[in-house]
Amino acid sequence: MPILEVRNISKRFGDTEVIRDISFSLEKGETLSIIGSSGSGKTTLLRCLNFLETPDNGTITVNGEVIFDASDPASRSEKGIREKRLHFGMVFQSFNLFPQYTALQNVTLAGLLLAKERPDYRARKNEIREEIINNAKAILDSVGLSSKLDHYPHQLSGGQQQRVAIARALALKPDILCFDEPTSALDPELTGEVLRVIRELAERETTMIIVTHEMSFARQVSDNVMFMDDGVIVEYGPPEQVIGNPREERTKRFLERYFENGNS
Amino acid sequence: MNIYISSLFEGFWLNIRLFVLTLAMAIPLGLVITFGSMAKFRPLKWLVRTFVWIIRGTPLMLQLFVVLYAPGLLFGVPMKSRMTAAIVAFVVNYAAYFSEIYRGGIESIPKGQYEAGAVLGMTRSQVFFKVILLQVIKRIVPPMSNEIITLTKDTALARVIGIAEIIMCAERFTKQGLIWPLFSTGLFFLAFNGVLTIVLGWIERRLDYFKV
Ligand SMILES: Nc1ncnc2c1ncn2[C@@H]1O[C@H](COP(=O)(O)OP(=O)(O)O)[C@@H](O)[C@H]1O
Ligand SMILES: [Mg+2]
Repeated sequence: MPILEVRNISKRFGDTEVIRDISFSLEKGETLSIIGSSGSGKTTLLRCLNFLETPDNGTITVNGEVIFDASDPASRSEKGIREKRLHFGMVFQSFNLFPQYTALQNVTLAGLLLAKERPDYRARKNEIREEIINNAKAILDSVGLSSKLDHYPHQLSGGQQQRVAIARALALKPDILCFDEPTSALDPELTGEVLRVIRELAERETTMIIVTHEMSFARQVSDNVMFMDDGVIVEYGPPEQVIGNPREERTKRFLERYFENGNS
Repeated sequence: MNIYISSLFEGFWLNIRLFVLTLAMAIPLGLVITFGSMAKFRPLKWLVRTFVWIIRGTPLMLQLFVVLYAPGLLFGVPMKSRMTAAIVAFVVNYAAYFSEIYRGGIESIPKGQYEAGAVLGMTRSQVFFKVILLQVIKRIVPPMSNEIITLTKDTALARVIGIAEIIMCAERFTKQGLIWPLFSTGLFFLAFNGVLTIVLGWIERRLDYFKV
């Protein structure tokens, strides 16, 4: 059974249908990269999965449980959404760290708040908090930031901030971790450290959906690549096909333009 | 000499009372007005924004007269005390200004902060109180400091409805040919604002540990 099944998702803003009839599935431990030119709907798709946008049509199924069904109004209640979106983690292009919290506090904040809803929280408060903090430290260590626990975001480089953001998302143990162009806001010399962290996650079988413009990276880490254009999936398959030897005319043209512009 | 000084202190005590009471009430009332002016329900939003526009677009002096006389002349229930009228006028006037500062502060927080909180499973109120609020406070401290300094000087306006604040007290002595009490009222304001500037600067520095 796939960990994620997306069926016929569409989203319109006003009169324009930004994504149309998107269907795909993801196996546990799989890394899927989404490529496509700007404006093709990649961000909107990730935002639909994270309930930052409500799709107009379609269903989203995680581990066999339908967590969103556009035809069912109950899918849209705030309480329900809050639990269901925890299946997904999101790493934004612009990090969106909380500036008033240290790296460690950024990673623990949501977990500590969620823990208060646990029935055993009162009885085991200190134990639970310590668990969350230790877990956060371990994750920050795994992204190479054990020496920056007490640094505030403005004291960190862009690459370090994005690694904190990845740690923050990982701390809630999402089933599927989404990245929206995680290196696009970074200076070129800082992209490497972030890509390295994502590559390590892929090796550890983290289920991920990565929107990226880094073709050679996508080719290396992905199990599958999705090429989107104008709101639809044009081509889907293993990276050797979609990036290495595309079948669709539109994919070919996109990649030609990409490599002509001096990328490698 | 002593009677002059003590009269000035008596007058300034009214300025300070008006200042403190206005701040204590206008700061929370401003927040209520902000929520109204940002309401999703359009009629409420426009009603509140029109009200704020009127308050900010007319002289505080006029508002003082309106609050003093309108209840009696329009509804037959005269204002019991001039001080109450002054406090009401000042609170409403400053709450309107504060509400605009709050709104500017709230609207200046990037959408990404709300979204980052939301995808981490935080409730709307957790996002507001744990993520947004302190950033807003940091942003509004400088403009609020300006308004608060202005308020100390505006309290002198209460004299137009007969509140014997410090300048009114000092002006009486000019009839005896004395100008120095009038000059020295300036020292009261300078000293008070000096202390205020230090306190507000301290608050600003307390929030220096992060950047927004
Ligand atoms: N909130 C919105 N309101 C209106 N149009 C939007 C909104 N978000 C995205 N769009 C439009 O949807 C299209 C796809 O955007 P996006 O999903 O951000 O594409 P990508 O991430 O592939 O660049 C663009 O044309 C964009 O202008
Ligand atoms: Mg995008």
